[in-house]
Amino acid sequence: MNFDDTPQEAAFRAEAKAWIQANAPKQYEEELRKSSLGRTVLKGANILEVAKAWQKKKADAGWACLHWPKEYGGRGSSPIERVIWQQEEGPFGKLSGMFIIGHGMCGPTMMAFAGEEQKRKYLPPLASGEKVWCQLFSEPAGGSDVAGLRTRAEKKGDDWIINGQKIWTSGAHYSDYGILLTRTDPTVPKHKGLTMFFLDMKSPGVEVRPIKQASGQSDFNEVYFTDVKIPDSQRLGAVNDGWNVSLTTLMNERMSIGAGVATGFPELFDFCNSLMLEDGPAIEDRSVRSRLANYAVKASGLRYTSMRAISALSKGERPGPENSIGKLVAGSMVQEVAMYALDLQGAAGVLSGPDDAEVAGKFQAMLLRAPGTRVEGGTDEIMRNIIAERVLGLPGDIRVDKDVPFNQIPTKGRT
Amino acid sequence: MNFDFSDDQKQMRDAARKFLTEQCPPKAVREVLDGRATYDKALWKGLAEMGFLGVAIPEEFGGAGAGHLELCVIAEEMGRANAPVPFSSTVYLAAEALLLAGSDAQKQKWLPRIASGDAIGTLALFEGKGNPSPKAIKLQASGGTLNGVKKPVPDGAIADFAVVAARTGSTGRDADISLFLVDLKAGGVEAKALTNVDPTRGQAELTFKNAKAEPLGTAGEGWSILTQVLDRAAVLLAFEQVGGSDRALEMGRDYALDRIAFGRPIGSFQAVKHILADMYVSATLARSNCYYGAWALSTNASELPEAAAAARISATQAFQHCSKNNIQVHGGMGFTWEFDCHMYYRRANATALTLGSLSYWEDQLIDRMRKKNAA
Repeated sequence: MNFDDTPQEAAFRAEAKAWIQANAPKQYEEELRKSSLGRTVLKGANILEVAKAWQKKKADAGWACLHWPKEYGGRGSSPIERVIWQQEEGPFGKLSGMFIIGHGMCGPTMMAFAGEEQKRKYLPPLASGEKVWCQLFSEPAGGSDVAGLRTRAEKKGDDWIINGQKIWTSGAHYSDYGILLTRTDPTVPKHKGLTMFFLDMKSPGVEVRPIKQASGQSDFNEVYFTDVKIPDSQRLGAVNDGWNVSLTTLMNERMSIGAGVATGFPELFDFCNSLMLEDGPAIEDRSVRSRLANYAVKASGLRYTSMRAISALSKGERPGPENSIGKLVAGSMVQEVAMYALDLQGAAGVLSGPDDAEVAGKFQAMLLRAPGTRVEGGTDEIMRNIIAERVLGLPGDIRVDKDVPFNQIPTKGRT
Repeated sequence: MNFDFSDDQKQMRDAARKFLTEQCPPKAVREVLDGRATYDKALWKGLAEMGFLGVAIPEEFGGAGAGHLELCVIAEEMGRANAPVPFSSTVYLAAEALLLAGSDAQKQKWLPRIASGDAIGTLALFEGKGNPSPKAIKLQASGGTLNGVKKPVPDGAIADFAVVAARTGSTGRDADISLFLVDLKAGGVEAKALTNVDPTRGQAELTFKNAKAEPLGTAGEGWSILTQVLDRAAVLLAFEQVGGSDRALEMGRDYALDRIAFGRPIGSFQAVKHILADMYVSATLARSNCYYGAWALSTNASELPEAAAAARISATQAFQHCSKNNIQVHGGMGFTWEFDCHMYYRRANATALTLGSLSYWEDQLIDRMRKKNAA
């Protein structure tokens, strides 16, 4: 068991540190450091442009998508080198938020299922941030039950014609491409009639409508497809094998586990250190210390759980469903931390404006974003089911639609 | 970075598990639980023969000289098996205190006897209710003798010797506290077994009446040594707690697969699944905190105080959480004496208090994090 860098790792760290020191957009460092979970705002700058410029700079110097092969725009780094990079990139890593889906899920799916020529064409601009990708899976009728999706793809000559609607699509409003899961055969059970494609988001018939969230922001979208044409050459995997392709995508989501899951704890610890209560600094209050300690061990537990996963990865083991605990624990913790930080502020905790609220409204923004964190990418309940069924081996829920052809599954108003 | 135990260490864990599965079935635990024995003497001898008692004791003092990572994997198995032996008091507390502060002669005298299973040791720290604190220590040392009362002392009624925290000054500072070694069989100490929530790990009251004692470590440095001993023991005990958490989770999972109600295994009900998933989560977070503690302990890293507190808190929470919910999953059966669930519930709640309570360690953790931040 060893926590220190090997000489090789230390050399990599030094190289990364020096490059970041010389190249990062330092003028935004302070703002990025302070920015809260779910809200990164840079005064007087368009964050999309700043993020793309930073990503491009990294790509040109060979620091983008560290885990990807070099020929597709990556660096071919080990999982531990990725962690070292993340540690050194620090607050500048927050700029990569809009690339997470593309780099973590779309890219690896393309790598596994696209043709060689397509990979060489589409992957480098994805790695360098010049093109942004989104993932079109969820639908109004298929959130947790992804395989219940209804968007149809019908073959017409060499093309497929897409009709339907997706929802909760992160970043669709600034995405150039997307991977899309569709139904190609409604007469077979739901998992067996799906097919995956990738498409140009500027294709005729694609309409993106941003959704205003509870937080007041719009990170997600509804996407409508009306007679959208996709050439068969943009199919990923075999016809009706889309479920297996999507499992690869989701598996890669787990591969992208990094050193830092946002828990809100470091922010809360700093806040309690600086906040003055009637009887002195908050951190000297016994009840505050007890709460902080509870959050501290959850945060460190998650950090070291992910270190264990990375160690396993670097020995060639595949990350398993046990990595679902990161999102499960961090999601509800962020929400609790936000509520507690407001509680400590008493009546003034209700104020959320950057000038009136403590720490520029960081915790108020966190509070309003937190409910989404517990839902996106699988609800807490789905995460618990995954742990119970796939880690602990408990029986699956009874699925009445399992062997029923999709078009005969009862839906609301049709029993 | 490599954040895992080595293959050799894992092999040692497997060997310990195999040994304890055979030599320490629940039936053996019940011998002690039901009061038919004070501890499992045959198991104690067996642990000595396997080399487990002296695994972290250097060879020159009769041990295997393997190290603390090896001791961590054995501790985990001791917790899994709920072993009714004075392992934690002897190996984590007494032996660690000797290793940290003992003279060569003191180590030569006691460590080989610990490794061979011939001597049971303990730490006599507490004097009634309260958490570790120099102020709470009233037991007086003067002229090489001790006078006062210690309770609860883990395994105090069966121990051969004790490391005793005593008052040697009156400045009102930590430097008033010194440590002593007392041969409990030499006279001057009266031991009385006390009823406690986990009979498989005894607690006692020790009354010192002009008991002969020899200084352990430098006079006035008792509190500083104690803090280090408690931190080291916190990591090791946390591994026991993680072992216990895992076993409680397994018992709950197995029962949920086996027990049919409303025509289905109860483990197919989402409410039951989610209880078990949450048990898994708490056990996993605790295990990861423990691994960090193990690394800090084995390398004597400057992070040890913080890592030990985090491991202690996380593992205490996990064991309490898993052991109580194991009973919940078992329903009424879990609350019966015949089922083993209560043995883990008892152990979880007793262990939660033996090195100072959860709230004490919470306080310690935040103190240590603040110090690190300020540094």
